[in-house]
Order: sequence, then C-alpha cells, then structure tokens
Amino acid sequence: MKETITPSRLEKILAAGHWAVTSECGPPRDGRPEIIEKKADLIGDYVDAINVTDNQTAVVRQCSLAACIRIKLKGLEPVLQMVTRDRNRIALQSDLLGAASYGIHNVLCLTGDHQRFGDHASSTNVFDMDSTRLIQTVKMMRDDGRLLSGHEMHEGRPQMFIGAAENPFADPFEIRVMRLAKKVKAGAQFIQTQCIYNMPKFKLWMKLLRDEGLHEKVAILAGLTPMKNVGMAKYMKNRVPGIDVPDDIIKRLAGVPKEKQADEGIQICLEQIEELKQEEGIRGFHVMAIEWEEKVPEIVERAGLYPRPSVN
Amino acid sequence: MIMAKAKPLEEILSYLEGFQRILVLGCNGCVAVCEAGGLKEAEVLASALRIQNMQAGDRRDIQELSLTRQCDKEYLAELKDKMDNYDAVVSLACGAGVQFMAEMYTEKPIFPGVDTCFIGVTEEQGVWTERCQACGQCILAETGGICPIMRCAKRMMNGPCGGSEKGKCEISVLVGRDVDCGWHLIFERLKKLGQIGRFAEPALDKDWTLSRDGGPRLIIREDVRP
Repeated sequence: MKETITPSRLEKILAAGHWAVTSECGPPRDGRPEIIEKKADLIGDYVDAINVTDNQTAVVRQCSLAACIRIKLKGLEPVLQMVTRDRNRIALQSDLLGAASYGIHNVLCLTGDHQRFGDHASSTNVFDMDSTRLIQTVKMMRDDGRLLSGHEMHEGRPQMFIGAAENPFADPFEIRVMRLAKKVKAGAQFIQTQCIYNMPKFKLWMKLLRDEGLHEKVAILAGLTPMKNVGMAKYMKNRVPGIDVPDDIIKRLAGVPKEKQADEGIQICLEQIEELKQEEGIRGFHVMAIEWEEKVPEIVERAGLYPRPSVN
Repeated sequence: MIMAKAKPLEEILSYLEGFQRILVLGCNGCVAVCEAGGLKEAEVLASALRIQNMQAGDRRDIQELSLTRQCDKEYLAELKDKMDNYDAVVSLACGAGVQFMAEMYTEKPIFPGVDTCFIGVTEEQGVWTERCQACGQCILAETGGICPIMRCAKRMMNGPCGGSEKGKCEISVLVGRDVDCGWHLIFERLKKLGQIGRFAEPALDKDWTLSRDGGPRLIIREDVRP
C-alpha cells in the first residue's frame, strides 16, 4: 500500500490498489434537506465517495458545501466540487476552511460552465482564478499551511485529497495531455474525466499520458454516464459542449425498442467499464448517472465492483 | 480604439422629455472611426430628432456640432460661450467623454447618446471586434500576443477549458455565432513561435488591483507635466 497524506477514504482506496468508485449527487433547486440525503442513501454503500456538484451548468442550487456537510454528517464521504466562476479567492479559501472544519477530505477543482448556460445568464462572473490555480491554492493551504495572502495557519490546515477534471474530447486534442500535466504539477492527485463515449479517442489520450508517465503521478477515474435513451444521446452529441458521442452509440440505442433503451444504455456502460479495466492507468470509475442515481447500485454491482472494500 | 454603438432613438427621446433647446454633440475621436458618434452621426441623430419633433408638433430647438475630442478640456472649453443656448446635451462620445462634459458643465444635463462597448479593432467596414479589457498589466508577451483575459470567456490563465470544440468557445451556442476559443488561438500561435514551453508552467494569480478592482485608475507622468 502506498503512503497517503490525507485522511481521505478515496485516497486510501486508491493507495491500497483497489478500483475506486465515485458518483455524484446534484443538490436541489430549493432548500429541502431530504433530497441530497435520499440520493446519498441510494448510492452511499456502492461508492467510495460522493461528488456534490457546485451549481452545475450555472443553475442555482443548494450550495455544494452545505450538501457535502449533510453527507459527511451521515457518515459518508463527500467530494466537494468547487468552481471558480462564482467566488473570488477570498470566498474560495473561506469555503475550503469551512469544509476543513467539517472534516471534508476531498475536493474537485473546476473552472465551471459559463454562466450564460444557466438560469442567471445576465449575472457577472468572477474567474479570479481558474481550476489549475485552485488546485495550487488547496495544495498550498494543505502542505504549506499558507493562504494565498501568505497568512500562516498553525493549526487547522485543510487535509484534502485534491482532484481535477479533464476532458480528453475537447479541442485542441494535442493540448489535453499538456494541460493534464500542468494540473498534476499544480498538485492534482486524482482526475475524474468527462464522460467517455468515444473509446478509441479516450485510449489514445491514455496512451499519450502514459508516454509522459502521468499515470504514475495521478489516479485517473474514468467518467461514465449511462444513456437513458437515444434522445439523450443525440442531445449530448449536439448540444453539450465538449462531449463526443460517436454515431455507433446512437445507432445502437436507436436499434432497440424505446422501452429497452435504458437497459441498453446500462449495458453499454457496463461494457465500457470492462474494457476500461484493461486499460493501464485507469484506477477507478466515476459514474455520473444524471438524475438517475437509482441506477448506480445496479451498475456497480453488475460491474463486479461491489461490495466496496473497507479501508482504515 | 474605443468602440461604441448608437442608443435606440426611443431611449434618447425618453431622456429629453421636458427639454426645449438641445445640443447633439459628436466627438471626432474613436466614436467617429466606429461610425457611432462623429459629426456625421450627430447630424443624423439631430435630423431624426427634428423629424420626430415635427411629427409630435413640438417646437424644440435642436442643434448639432462635433468636437475634436470630448476627452480633452481644451476642446470641451470651445463650448463655453455656447452652453447658455442649450437646456440639455446629448453627447455621442464614449462614457469618458460624456462624464468629462458633465464635469465641465455642471449646470447642464449631459445624456449619453451611445453605449460604450469595448477597446477593439476594425475587422472590415462595419465590423468591429474587441481586443483589450485594459486590465492594467499586459501579459501578451507570455501568451503569444493573444490575450486570455479578453479572448477567453472565463478569463482563464491556464486554458483552454473543457468546453473548447473545433477551435470555438462553449459560449458560441449561447450567443448564436462562432466565438473563437482564445486558448486555442494562443496554443496555435505559441506553436508557430516555437514557444510552446510557455504553456507548461501554471500561471500565478492575476493582480486585479491594476484593473477594475483597484478603484478609478490614474497615470501621472512627471516628465511630461508642465
């Protein structure tokens, strides 16, 4: 077992050489306490950590930190997603300290979707820093005990396992591994990828990052989103920036009757997991079942990833 | 150069309610180049106001003229003897010009006739695009002469983000036209210059005190002061 530097369960799972399994919960667009708890209950036993999205697609939702605290208080392990779109360096660091005070041990550093995608398109954005700099900031707070201002923390440093996202399907393709390298240099310890549909392109990206030795420095968790139906596949192909859905996936879903398409989507996801288990450098799976959290247990079980190992 | 575009006539009319003697004041600087606020545009707006005036049966007196610039006191001072002839001014200068007018002629309402848009360039006749956000600390030497603060919709210093597709920014679908991904441009340019190594190091924090967050900015050059 490799040495770990934080109390993160996710870090320990990876260090022990297990496949890691993570999933995500999107908080509701109101103040109800039970929504995130229900979602967490549904998947809690089947994953090592639960990402909580931070106003994803720039739509106002319950804040990620509050939902993470809720999950933490249930005895589960949250991954605090943080985007740099809405908060400046003062607020980001403040929230990181708040998260630390509740023993939140995983953070996913993101820049975030542009606010024009969301429900407040006329709002201003912040972008005081980007995801790479946020990674550096968390690392500085954790390892050097310093804030960006230089203020020293003698106690209460955030003990966070630092994650980042990477999209192998965005352009220019040739910059993607360089950008990953930059995030690793900044301090990223795990990567959750954009959801994978174009397997040849993803494998090429994996090969290029292995050529740079990056798979030894950072744990790659393959991002997977099962398709509910062919309509979703077409929407993701045509309307969601940075998602690459090859035509054969659409054909395959279109080739089965409508009531069987959800099963087919799950089947495709399971085949992807099997294929990715063979790929050197893949250390786990990030299953993003969008508003379909109830399918996560089935996917994890059928992929042979259940029960989740226990670590101390 | 500062780019601006004309405000809708209805908006300008709404400011002018109750005023009888009106000066439409052009500026022969930047706004003349982008055909939003020079003498020609002042004449066009004044004519439009006169036509509207006639149609409404009003007896407003509407005059127009244009100054060399509205961002220099010496040119604004040319109006000193004339201002008593007007109850209100519609300035077609950029926001700086409108404010400078208001500072000199404190007794007169000065209304903006254009929306000031950006610092940009003339792509072709009738097409102007943004290039600079005047952040106060130019980093173009680091980024292949292409500005990520201005060209990236997320002002990323370590871009491109995951929404860049075929050289276009993720906001293209939202704004209904192709917007170049600034970091794609930077990357291609750094490649051409043989400077791709510049991309490898994570960028440090931007100092926004030199930009919009440092309060109103000021330059003092003792060497050129009288």
